[in-house]
Amino acid sequence: MKVAIVTGAGRGIGRSIAEVLANEGYNLVLNYRSNKDELEQFVQTLKTKVLLVQGDVSDYADAERMIQITKETFGQIDLLVNNAGITRDNLLIKMTEEEFDSVSSTNLKGTFNCTKHIARIMMKQRFGRIVNIASVVGITGNIGQANYAASKAGVIGFTKSVARELAPRGITVNAIAPGFIKTKMTDAISDEAKTAALSRIPLGTFGTPEDVANVVAFLASDKAAYITGQVIKVDGGMAI
Amino acid sequence: MSFEKVKALLVEELDLDENEVTLESNIREDLGADSLDMVDLIMSIEDAFDIKVEESDTASIKTVGDIVSYIEKK
Ligand SMILES: NC(=O)c1ccc[n+]([C@@H]2O[C@H](COP(=O)([O-])OP(=O)(O)OC[C@H]3O[C@@H](n4cnc5c(N)ncnc54)[C@H](OP(=O)(O)O)[C@@H]3O)[C@@H](O)[C@H]2O)c1
Repeated sequence: MKVAIVTGAGRGIGRSIAEVLANEGYNLVLNYRSNKDELEQFVQTLKTKVLLVQGDVSDYADAERMIQITKETFGQIDLLVNNAGITRDNLLIKMTEEEFDSVSSTNLKGTFNCTKHIARIMMKQRFGRIVNIASVVGITGNIGQANYAASKAGVIGFTKSVARELAPRGITVNAIAPGFIKTKMTDAISDEAKTAALSRIPLGTFGTPEDVANVVAFLASDKAAYITGQVIKVDGGMAI
Repeated sequence: MSFEKVKALLVEELDLDENEVTLESNIREDLGADSLDMVDLIMSIEDAFDIKVEESDTASIKTVGDIVSYIEKK
């Protein structure tokens, strides 16, 4: 039975990834930062073994502990999905240092923290899959998201470098760049901005968390064995 | 004895047979380690013996004997 860790699995895209992976038969370690109750209810609907681990991915020691617990509980780790992420939107001239640092710590350093601690375990296994959730904004940039776009562009550069480093050990590392996906993260956006965003999506609708989760499952599967270092956009054609 | 412990690490990390590892074995050429294995191995040695291997010393580590004498000097 394969084993996957998903960070930030409490809601949104992370939860959907957990659901799709459970349906594929993965045993899961689901990380959450604050809302355990929400996750506990959801977990009861899953049919595979699930362990919930509280932790802040931006904390180096928390990330290490999460990975260790997974290894101790299940003996192996096949897949890491770095999904935890936040936004703190503001125009550059109004952006505070705290807004920049917090986004960078969770999105970029959080991805480093978890990947770093899993790398040697996967190297010894001579197998592993790592999927990082980036964003199209990391490719195109976006007004009001200099911090977020920089963190996601960082995730893309990190993905490509680590893909090269770990390829000799049979480990693939890829990124997914979602466009506009309906979650709590995008609920915060004004109706006006949503209408504007919609007009830039050739397929004419916002994406769902499952649209992203299905690509995670594909990249983790044997069918994607020859794909590494790639950034797959899941954006309805927003950034063609 | 450091040699036995080092040997056990090499056997595990590089998936070798015990009798392949002697003090004279060249880690890269005889035991088939690549550069990623070397970094991994040094990290395992640091953990197992609770020592710090200086970056500048790693280039001179070529054989199993080099590792053993490095550990014993520490
Ligand atoms: N929605 C989109 O349109 C979209 C587009 C492109 C990329 N993405 C990316 O997709 C990922 C998931 O986004 P989403 O839309 O599902 O967002 P979401 O609904 O806000 O969920 C994010 C999850 O991450 C957790 N989290 C945040 N910081 C964390 C930390 N430091 N440590 C551990 N967990 C943490 C949150 O838990 P807490 O609330 O407990 O902190 C939450 O469960 C993010 O990386 C996001 O950047 C989303």
